Amino acid sequence: MTPLVSNSRTPWETARALSATRRDFLRGASSLALGSAMTSASPFLRGETARKKRKVIVITFGGGARDQETFAPEGQENIPNMLRELAPQSSFFTHVTNQGILGHYVATASLATGVYETLNNFSAIAPEHPTVFEYFRKDLNRPSSDAWVVAPSNGFNRIGESECRSYGLGQGARVILPKHLLSAASAGPSPDIEHLLRDNYESPLYTPQIGGNEVELQQMENILRLSVADFMSHAKTVSSPDELSVYIAKRLMQQEAPSLLWITMHDIDVAHSGAYSLYIEGIRRTDRLCLEMWKAVESHPEYANNTTMFVLPDFGRDSDYDAGGNGFQHHRTGDAASRTTWMMALGAGVRQGVVYEDPLQSIDLVPSLGALMGFSAAQSAGKPIRELL
Amino acid sequence: MLPRDLKPDQFTGYPPEARKLILAHLDLLRRLPLSFVPSLLREAIDYDYRFPAERSALDRELASLNALQPAQLNDRFAAFERVSLSSALEQFDWVNLPAQFVEQQSAYLWSTHQLDAFRKAATDYGEQLQAAAPSKELPVRRLGIAVIGQGVSSYDGKLFRNLRQHGTYFSSIKPDKGFDLLFAAVETRATEHAVPYGHWYVDGGGPIPHSASIIGVSYNGLDTLRAVLLKRMQSEIASPGMGPEELRTRMARLVPADLGMDKNGDQVLDRFKVKLLTEGSGTQIYSTTFAQWATREVLRRAQALTLLVRFAPRQRQRPLNELLANTKGNAELDPLGSLIDADMAAWYQWINQQRLPGSEHSAFIAWFEGHSEAVAVGPSFPEGAESTSEIDLRELFKLATT
Repeated sequence: MTPLVSNSRTPWETARALSATRRDFLRGASSLALGSAMTSASPFLRGETARKKRKVIVITFGGGARDQETFAPEGQENIPNMLRELAPQSSFFTHVTNQGILGHYVATASLATGVYETLNNFSAIAPEHPTVFEYFRKDLNRPSSDAWVVAPSNGFNRIGESECRSYGLGQGARVILPKHLLSAASAGPSPDIEHLLRDNYESPLYTPQIGGNEVELQQMENILRLSVADFMSHAKTVSSPDELSVYIAKRLMQQEAPSLLWITMHDIDVAHSGAYSLYIEGIRRTDRLCLEMWKAVESHPEYANNTTMFVLPDFGRDSDYDAGGNGFQHHRTGDAASRTTWMMALGAGVRQGVVYEDPLQSIDLVPSLGALMGFSAAQSAGKPIRELL
Repeated sequence: MLPRDLKPDQFTGYPPEARKLILAHLDLLRRLPLSFVPSLLREAIDYDYRFPAERSALDRELASLNALQPAQLNDRFAAFERVSLSSALEQFDWVNLPAQFVEQQSAYLWSTHQLDAFRKAATDYGEQLQAAAPSKELPVRRLGIAVIGQGVSSYDGKLFRNLRQHGTYFSSIKPDKGFDLLFAAVETRATEHAVPYGHWYVDGGGPIPHSASIIGVSYNGLDTLRAVLLKRMQSEIASPGMGPEELRTRMARLVPADLGMDKNGDQVLDRFKVKLLTEGSGTQIYSTTFAQWATREVLRRAQALTLLVRFAPRQRQRPLNELLANTKGNAELDPLGSLIDADMAAWYQWINQQRLPGSEHSAFIAWFEGHSEAVAVGPSFPEGAESTSEIDLRELFKLATT
């Protein structure tokens, strides 16, 4: 009998194997080319006019999904939309590592600053380093209406701007928390929408309290051009918090058309409850919502043909084989499976149908966005991704 | 305080057997690094309430370390010595609160990017320990059984996908009285090879009566305990300044008496039951999660020789605050989702079983309850094979155990 697979490979070897699995599968399933063979000049437009028009949407495929439920052969049934619709028109990076703390808020903050932040994952506090939104607005002199974050829980309330003195207060993104909006609009939980108000799967008992209900309601009426009644009516038709987030994001695109829009998905993190079927449902829903966002881009005159969309998980989840964890349920071991993810870039200026296997770090995203949009991510510890330049 | 400063009177708060164990090895502990000692104390402080397998493992570990020469000991812990900890951690009362220290240390290691180095040190240490202090030979080959899919009339998906490559897939099992046959066979085996806490039955629903030779734990059997615990959690959450870490700490401190359990009961088993609910994530809410986590812990801690697990339908997903409030008594069930949960849990049961000594001889059966599909893994079953033999569960059990 074959002994139980032991993880005798080094973390590096394991990570390489994981990314190789994605690459091989993607090449087979979607006829993608290997990026190392691409020698042509970058398709990104360089002119100032093009830059001014450029829009970027970042979607975090959260919170945390493993290869075996997504890009590995046995997981492909869970992501039909990403594989059949999005992958063929994307540049796909197979080997993205997150070397930071694997908590959703702190990891998303790290993605947004390009520095591995060390803040308390369960506290609504601002990142220490400047965010991509601050770099974008300050360097390009953009108004607050041009950078938005749609985030899943109250804990993400401070993700829009940092505590950095030279940036910080009033210079970041506007943050919209659909669940907080819902709570404010409903003036308390009602049976129909309670399932949308869940704040945090990892520590479901804890919900950081934030104020500002009046501001939230003003946001809804003045910015989203949405009455409380219409909003509540729609909320009762969606089945998950992420569906509500996508609804709000599309509304923002219609009303504000921000140039930098960041959406943090979170449904998948229901895995912390230990119910595998709910985790799979979350992946399938997120896959569908990513396509829905891309279709919104393609159909909107402000976004079509000048938008680059990035989709990436904040991190993975624990391997079945790490004795310190409990498989898919958590992301606590820090093993290769929980640190190794992927990134998909598609849209304006992106080479279509290409797979890149060189290792990247998740903190490389912010300086890459800077290179694309024309701002300097001065304090980021990451490096611009050369395949996107 | 550092380990070298340890004194006997610092352990007066420990239960008697734990104190005796520590004082017998105090000189050894003084020579070990702070990044390691609280982890050892976390295991030792509950020595009085540990399963025999856990006690034996701790005894072997300490004996093995005691047998090392000073240079060997230094070499064994060199990687732990290189882990840098904060002065706040040094000042923490890690003697009396070792579990809380380990939690804070973990957060510190994450934030200072030392987690990978610590993980490697811990993994290497475990492998060296295993090589230096091997376990005794088992009296009988280890056996795991997972019964999944209760209440599902038909399923079109492919079951046992992960397990099939390691064993033989049976497509023509005779399902009649299948669970009864398995249960009777387990009882007979437990009687013939009586070992304290050696033979277990975990049920995600209500338990069926069983002989004293088997330890039984069930989701419905802990209804009262779960209700008391959930009420207590709600009360704690409402306390001013309560956060997730503090809540977890308070839950970890709970003992059976705090939750109204009989003081004259089996203290080892009762503490185990409390920990299933206070340390497991989702075990308070979903019966499939409860059964999976209980399975993991029975194998990890008690190192069961026999473990029969029967999964039952869990409640359908509801808002978590409603689930935690435990307000609706008769929740709608989700048999199909539960089948998918349990299929994965069966895979994890086998993985966890294979982590234990004697894995090369151990056997495992997973059966889709009431149906003709099963998979069996072990020395008697070819890998990646399929069998269309019409056999019942008693015959499959016999194949697995002989």
